[in-house]
Amino acid sequence: MRSQLLLWPRKWSIVAYEYIFSSHSFIRSLRVTVYITVLGTLVNLFFTTTMAYGLSRKIYGQKFIMLAILFTMLFSAGMIPTYLVVKETGLLDSIWSLILPAAIAPFNLIIVRQFFMSLPQELSESALIDGASDLVIFQRIVLPLSKPILAAFGLFYAVGHWNNYFAGILYLNDQTKWPIQVILRQIVVQSDAMNALGVINPEMLANQPPPETVQMAAILISTLPILIVYPFLQKHFAKGVMIGSIKG
Amino acid sequence: MSTLVKQRQSDSPVVVSTRQRILRKIWRDRFMYLLILPGALFFLIYRYVPMLGIVIAFQDFSPFLGFSGSEWVGLQHFRDIFSSAEIGRVLWNTISLSMLQILFAFPAPIILALLLNEMRSELFKRFIQSIVYLPHFLSWVVVVGIFTIFLRGDGIINDILKQVFGMNQSIGFLTNPDFFRPLIVLQVIWKEIGWGTIIFLAALAGVNPEIYEAASVDGANRWRRMWHITLPALRATIVIMLILRLGSVLDSGFEQIFLMLNSFNRDIGDVLDTYVYTKGVRQSDYSFATAVGLFKGVVGLVLVLGSNYIAKRMGEEGVY
Repeated sequence: MRSQLLLWPRKWSIVAYEYIFSSHSFIRSLRVTVYITVLGTLVNLFFTTTMAYGLSRKIYGQKFIMLAILFTMLFSAGMIPTYLVVKETGLLDSIWSLILPAAIAPFNLIIVRQFFMSLPQELSESALIDGASDLVIFQRIVLPLSKPILAAFGLFYAVGHWNNYFAGILYLNDQTKWPIQVILRQIVVQSDAMNALGVINPEMLANQPPPETVQMAAILISTLPILIVYPFLQKHFAKGVMIGSIKG
Repeated sequence: MSTLVKQRQSDSPVVVSTRQRILRKIWRDRFMYLLILPGALFFLIYRYVPMLGIVIAFQDFSPFLGFSGSEWVGLQHFRDIFSSAEIGRVLWNTISLSMLQILFAFPAPIILALLLNEMRSELFKRFIQSIVYLPHFLSWVVVVGIFTIFLRGDGIINDILKQVFGMNQSIGFLTNPDFFRPLIVLQVIWKEIGWGTIIFLAALAGVNPEIYEAASVDGANRWRRMWHITLPALRATIVIMLILRLGSVLDSGFEQIFLMLNSFNRDIGDVLDTYVYTKGVRQSDYSFATAVGLFKGVVGLVLVLGSNYIAKRMGEEGVY
């Protein structure tokens, strides 16, 4: 087939992109992944910030809860018991299986908690005197002050959801719910682009682009969102890693 | 006896009042507990209930019979683990891969951090950092995918070898098991080398620039300054990172290895995590897979705590 290796493309063309976007399974998995990423990140932020704030002040049992969280970072039950619990809670073959079992990353929780603890105490104290409850303080004072850190962790969680591959093959048998990374693996690693994409448009089938072109195009499309948020990520992560390395 | 009873009686009002005080405190902070609740439920259901599920490692678990109906087999699965040649091979694969990572992938970010630290133009340094941090955020599917496309029989690397260097046969980078471990290490270096520099660069940011100036006034050249100032400044960080890395020798990047496995390299590529997946999920041998997972978890816990202890003993700050 190939006669010569060329460093400069012989011809520019976007036919590979047209080919991919004529595939229903690719579009569907992109849509599923966007859905999981948005919903999952919201769930992550809700669970992480509420628990982090609840543990940010000295309350009865706080030490015990923190220890219980730390322990999960040291020891996990393993893949199979977790799988069985996900199954028992009825999440198998539901996209919630990619969201709820990963609702909180303990490491992020600890950093967000440290951030809440670093906020000036006077703010919440004066609000308490004015008769505001802890819920109101959290909602009206703490969260608005935490916008930058919420953005940072939102981005980290979102990238995690977008890139997640393994949970998809572990918990989802239903192909219509497969996220983009699972499809991408079929296209690129298993070199099964034509089958995975399942293009039925006869016009497209008549002049198929070379498989390498399709594979590279698929990689680019599925990486584009990461490339777009990368500048924003970069603004935050050096700081985030630094905060994380301070012992709490 | 009687004194004990008396004592208890005299204690009881105090006990009640402390309990009341605690209850009053809890009531005062009720909204804080309400905020904790969703997260606590998450940890309980998806982190601690599975720990109860570990009991199936001591059973012959069948999903139809359930936890209570399945037959108890005691330590049978663990005896099987320690007598199984297959587990021995998988364990060896896991550890030797980790050792290769520590030998090659661990020093890589240190060297890159040293190089970055020597750069004069702040702007250019930032630019390089932006580029080398990026692969950390790519998915393993993308990284393994790009490697696959480049390295397969009709890929660009083999094309170059054939057309530029005149080789007459393709090299089976992906099918020859000898290439498996080097490729895994290479991918980790490519993906994480930049990200890994962050912690070392942070340690270097704390070095007083006057020390460098004083050294150069004393006639120390760049190599001398790197050897006597930069490297000692990194020593503490390097030691603790290395010890902590040793604590996780049984973890070997599940997604990456799973994606790189094929029928040619399974013998050398199967690690504990992928083995548990194959046994438990594919072959539904839940109990045995759970036992292997528990073995890995317990050894991992001991290693992490042990490495932390050593780090602390050496005067470094542990993580836990």
